[in-house]
Amino acid sequence: MSAPARDPPIDRDGTRLDQPHVRWQVRVRGLDKRFGTNHVLDAVDLDIERGKVNVVIGASGAGKSVLIKHFMCLLRPDRGSVWVDGTDVFSLSPKPLSTFRRKFGLVFQFSALFDSLTVEENCAFPLKEHTAKSRSEIRDIVADRLGALGLHDTQKKYPGELSGGMRKRVGLARALVLEPEILIFDEPTTGLDPLATRNVDEMILAAVDRYKVTSVVISHDMASVFRIADRIAMIQNRTILAAGTVAEIQDSREPYLFEFIRTSGVAAAFGAADAAHDGQGVR
Amino acid sequence: MSAPGEPSSSDHDAPPRSENVAATAGRSILVGIKEAVAPGVRLLDLIGDHVILFARAVSWLPRRPVRAGNYLEACEYVGFGSLSIVLLVGAFTGMVMSLQSVYAFRQFQLESFAGGTTGKALAVELAPVLTALMMAGRAGAGIATELGTMRISEQIDALESMAVNPIQFLVLPRLIAGMLMGPILTLLFFVIAMIGAYFVAVVVEGVDHGQFILHTREILNPIDIVQGEIKSVVFGLLVILIGCYQGFNAHGGGRGVGLGTTRAVVYGSVVVLVSDYFLSNVLLRLIPPEVA
Repeated sequence: MSAPARDPPIDRDGTRLDQPHVRWQVRVRGLDKRFGTNHVLDAVDLDIERGKVNVVIGASGAGKSVLIKHFMCLLRPDRGSVWVDGTDVFSLSPKPLSTFRRKFGLVFQFSALFDSLTVEENCAFPLKEHTAKSRSEIRDIVADRLGALGLHDTQKKYPGELSGGMRKRVGLARALVLEPEILIFDEPTTGLDPLATRNVDEMILAAVDRYKVTSVVISHDMASVFRIADRIAMIQNRTILAAGTVAEIQDSREPYLFEFIRTSGVAAAFGAADAAHDGQGVR
Repeated sequence: MSAPGEPSSSDHDAPPRSENVAATAGRSILVGIKEAVAPGVRLLDLIGDHVILFARAVSWLPRRPVRAGNYLEACEYVGFGSLSIVLLVGAFTGMVMSLQSVYAFRQFQLESFAGGTTGKALAVELAPVLTALMMAGRAGAGIATELGTMRISEQIDALESMAVNPIQFLVLPRLIAGMLMGPILTLLFFVIAMIGAYFVAVVVEGVDHGQFILHTREILNPIDIVQGEIKSVVFGLLVILIGCYQGFNAHGGGRGVGLGTTRAVVYGSVVVLVSDYFLSNVLLRLIPPEVA
């Protein structure tokens, strides 16, 4: 006897979660994660828009990195689901999961380059692992990606010989070689000076523009966030406090969100700040 | 409020004092038992985690891709990396064992037996155990540091994000290298130790060359060397497994990596010595000395 067919998972807008959505590439539903007694995520719902720069903001330790690690099943939740183009990420067995992960390019906070490999070998690593390309083809692809990011002269250098900004760019080049559909940046501007931060922002925008990828950026650098974001989601107190377009976030009346943005020093860019100056607040 | 001297309503509801005392004592005993068995539970937990890591690594053995380069690199690191220290320790172990044996046997005019007794002790116990201790201090510690640094700098996460299984990529080649290089290093330790023993006994202490060789052949059986080799496979596996586990589970920055490295050496050394007893027991029953 065959098992009874299960009802397809239906989202709150009536669409099926197990089919690709025209607008949302990643859909997170009811995600719950604990590490021992530390409750990090509580019933998190989040949508990531296809082809846009989606930024997740929040205080340090709020669970931003934990959240995005669920997208590619680097962590498994205690409850909830993540759907990427209609695929339930946590239902995948090891082999399909391995193939699925190639949809993603992850740029780590501190680049996570392999110390023992040169810049060229670092970038060639995913190609050697997952493609049957010849050495010369791999060399050409790596040179193209490094060249596009202004890293022509670094191919033979080791990660330890590079500056923080250059390491970030090499990390991005490595993430781009397999032509991922979704690029994730984990706090890409942490520890960089303002000019290097602006360069990294421009690098993200250029990569999104050139390779037409969906981007998810984790950050708490608000100046950077407002330079690059199409959509912003704020995580606070284990869940998504607010999510929307940049304009919607600017107009949000959530006191914590307003305070977060105001304290970052970029509030003067918004009408909300004017209201605050008038002593009216945003609520 | 109740009047002074009258029992309050809460006094009526509360259980008798003797019951409270019994409950408190019961809870204390339970807490005490729990705390007393906690180290045992933690130890079982730790052993279980190592078994799981080993099983996960072995489960990747038949699966592609086979990265021959990783295996060769691991063999080079574990084997050649430990070679010089193993040879140095081997030579002096053989020399001092021989020296002590010659002086002990000389009281009975039996110094020519020094070669045989030294050879037997080296083949069955000293070569595999001391080689494993050298491997724990050198390769085990190095692997714990390397993997620990990769863990805290997110290089292991990077491997996973690039759809490369870190256990297959990092742990399995090292385990295989430990199991292959352990016996080779042990054999080299034994050979260099016997050369050292011969040098001290025959060249320095004037033991007759023919007698030394004759008694060595009489006392030392090839099966002794096989026993030592079997032990060294197990020790090589254990020492590298512990190093991999400590590195793979490192957390808490540089201090965490340092702690993991220390644990890799300490746990590795203790496990070698403890397992040596049990392994010897099994091997002596499987291959009794009289049969050998």
